[in-house]
Amino acid sequence: MNSPQAHWLADGRRLHLNHGPIDLIVETFGSEDERRAAYEQAVARFQTILIELVEELPELRLPAFFLAPRDFASQTARRMEAAVMPLAECFITPMAAVAGSVADEILGAMLSGRRLDRAYVNNGGDSALHLGRNQSMTVAIAGTGNGMADRVTIRAEDGVRGVATSGWRGRSFSLGIADAVTVLARTGAAADAAATLIANAVDLPGHPSITRVSARDLSPDSDLGEQLVTQNVGALSPIEVDRALDNGLVVAEDFRRRGLIAASALFLAGEARICGSVALATPNKHQAKETAHA
Amino acid sequence: MSELAERFETHDPGEKQVAEKIRCDACPVMCYIADGRTGACDRYGNVGGRIVRMDPLTILDHAAETGGAVVPFVAEGEAWGGELVNTGRRFVTAIGAGTTYPDYKPAPFIVSQEVEGVDLVTVVTEGIFSYCGVKVKIDTDRHIGDETAIVRSEGEAIGHVTTGEYGSQMLSLGGVHHLTGGSKAEGRATCDALLNLCNRKPVELAIDGGATVIVEAGKAPVIDGKVEHRMRVGCGSATIGMFATQWRGLVDEVVVVDDHITGVVSEHQAGKVLGWEDTGIKIIGRRSTPGRYFKVSEPGLGWGGTTISDPLSILGDWNAKKGARPGLSLLMVSTTGEQFAYYELDNDLKPVEKPFPDRLQKSVGLIEDNCEPALCTVLFIGGAGGSLRAGVTENPVNLTRSVQGLKTYVTVGGAPVYVWPGGGITLMVDVTRVPEGAFGYVPTPALVAPIEFTLRRDDYVRLGGYEKEIRSVEDILARGGEYLNPRQGTGAPVDNPWPPLAQLRRAAANGAG
Repeated sequence: MNSPQAHWLADGRRLHLNHGPIDLIVETFGSEDERRAAYEQAVARFQTILIELVEELPELRLPAFFLAPRDFASQTARRMEAAVMPLAECFITPMAAVAGSVADEILGAMLSGRRLDRAYVNNGGDSALHLGRNQSMTVAIAGTGNGMADRVTIRAEDGVRGVATSGWRGRSFSLGIADAVTVLARTGAAADAAATLIANAVDLPGHPSITRVSARDLSPDSDLGEQLVTQNVGALSPIEVDRALDNGLVVAEDFRRRGLIAASALFLAGEARICGSVALATPNKHQAKETAHA
Repeated sequence: MSELAERFETHDPGEKQVAEKIRCDACPVMCYIADGRTGACDRYGNVGGRIVRMDPLTILDHAAETGGAVVPFVAEGEAWGGELVNTGRRFVTAIGAGTTYPDYKPAPFIVSQEVEGVDLVTVVTEGIFSYCGVKVKIDTDRHIGDETAIVRSEGEAIGHVTTGEYGSQMLSLGGVHHLTGGSKAEGRATCDALLNLCNRKPVELAIDGGATVIVEAGKAPVIDGKVEHRMRVGCGSATIGMFATQWRGLVDEVVVVDDHITGVVSEHQAGKVLGWEDTGIKIIGRRSTPGRYFKVSEPGLGWGGTTISDPLSILGDWNAKKGARPGLSLLMVSTTGEQFAYYELDNDLKPVEKPFPDRLQKSVGLIEDNCEPALCTVLFIGGAGGSLRAGVTENPVNLTRSVQGLKTYVTVGGAPVYVWPGGGITLMVDVTRVPEGAFGYVPTPALVAPIEFTLRRDDYVRLGGYEKEIRSVEDILARGGEYLNPRQGTGAPVDNPWPPLAQLRRAAANGAG
């Protein structure tokens, strides 16, 4: 059985942590001593994180219910449950927040007792961020060639410490048809859970050109059970694309009004919707310059 | 034992098939994977009802004994056509072979090869060793801890200091009691430390009442933050014996400081033979025989493995009646030649340190040159249990007898092993001779090590081997095994003999062929 692995990426700045399905990219900014200590803490915490999750996996795969929060032994599992709890009026399991929660947990372990300017833990696109006073970080998002920014700058005062993306093309299953839904929230776990539900809501129920398969047929122990997950999306008319995005936007706006997320960007078939005020809609300066040049 | 470990231990053969879904046991998640899909990691998948692994099975290419560079080749599944470098001396190791725990079925690969006209088979599996550990030899004279002191990793007890050897301190780590007999944290820390040591990674070990040592197989030990460079050339007395002639005429007195036996040249037999004159020196310590003193100091991290930082502290008053005189010259040196100082007696017969003279530089350098580089060496020790042996033959005790009777050659990742005499198959292997990354673990916790048994095909069949499962190397290269992972070729470590030939020669030498 494979054990946790830690390697420097080729650039020598970023650390790659892998164990089973978890792949983390970790980078820190600050004094050399603090950075080294932070990386050591991250690696130390990483040794057992998957094993701890696996021990509670059967329960984590069961739906959460907002009236009956459960107690879990591991800190990461508690983060997962806490993140999905405000969303648990409809079907959701803590697994919707697993990637963000792992990122938060490792970031937390890494920052403990440390003084870093900035840091991030990127768990396959779901990231937890640390921003010291007056610091900012620029994050690339999947805003694909539709005039939207593909870079978002998050400043310390924005209160955003988590970025997550969900969609049927990604590694996890989605009930919806969004190419991608990116969410900015207070934690990686909160962003992850919200992105999952918003991406699920970008949908056209019963549409004939959408191929759906029972999650259990694809992955026998999926937490989604018999629910139909999207496997392919055929041609959609512009009106259908608008309708699907608007279905998702309703959910995103609801989450934002309730203070669960700071902002979200929804993408489908070259179209996009923006929810919230963070600089997501700012035109990409670099891109604008290139356009002018052309 | 954790819930996970219990599940691992109890999953029975029938459970592996859930319709056309398979349970992957590559990582603790243990996904069920549907046909044509990958698990949560995207690294392992189910292809036609079998788990396919991306990590390649390792096949060693042994260079012909006449020499010549070994060029590694990589075989990727179907694409492998056998057209790359092939010395004809391939050996399918158990690295990446997959394990068959609890060994209810034949080992993953049973490979046949014809060598010098004799059909040999090699049975290859990744064994799960619940009973295992490592013996660590740390080349240093420094005192790193008392015998039987507890050795800790990540704060957990994982072993103890055992009897020291000449110029080396020894640790005995792991074993079933630390792995599964203590707390979960103890088992996990032990398993981690063993795995890292076996895979040649550095591990920090803290000894109760002693030093903190960073051990990495094949590298110099780091003791309390200081890299140990050299082994001592001998004890203080032996050093006197070796170098007395070199010092004759260059200096009036030489003291070799050592935590075991400190030597004094003017009193030592070696000095007397050369006609060395008395100097009136007085060593504070227990005199053993002339010129040899025990216990000049407690063991420590100072000069020659003592606690001494000022060597003069082991000297008493100089006696004028026995030859002490102003201007008398004194060399003090440690057994590795790393510490040395030069003194002359003043008018009050007190030694005063002087610049180190060129004339003595050579002899001090010679001591250092005669010291071998200090290394950490790690031997994996494990017992091949009943279930592992059952994967080799239907009648496991036959395998034990065959190994003990030298009819079966045992290797770990192609590396030769020492098999302990007596019952069972308890083996030791130098981890630096095993290809890198060959060791793994299961959360029981226990280590997974590749193990291969090479023996004559007819012997194998006779002892109840799985004859129907025997396949050629070419077939395995072309088709792989249960895990259908790509095959990876790599040069065998140059010192390792090609196992089939090693067995054949040994059998011939023992008249067992």
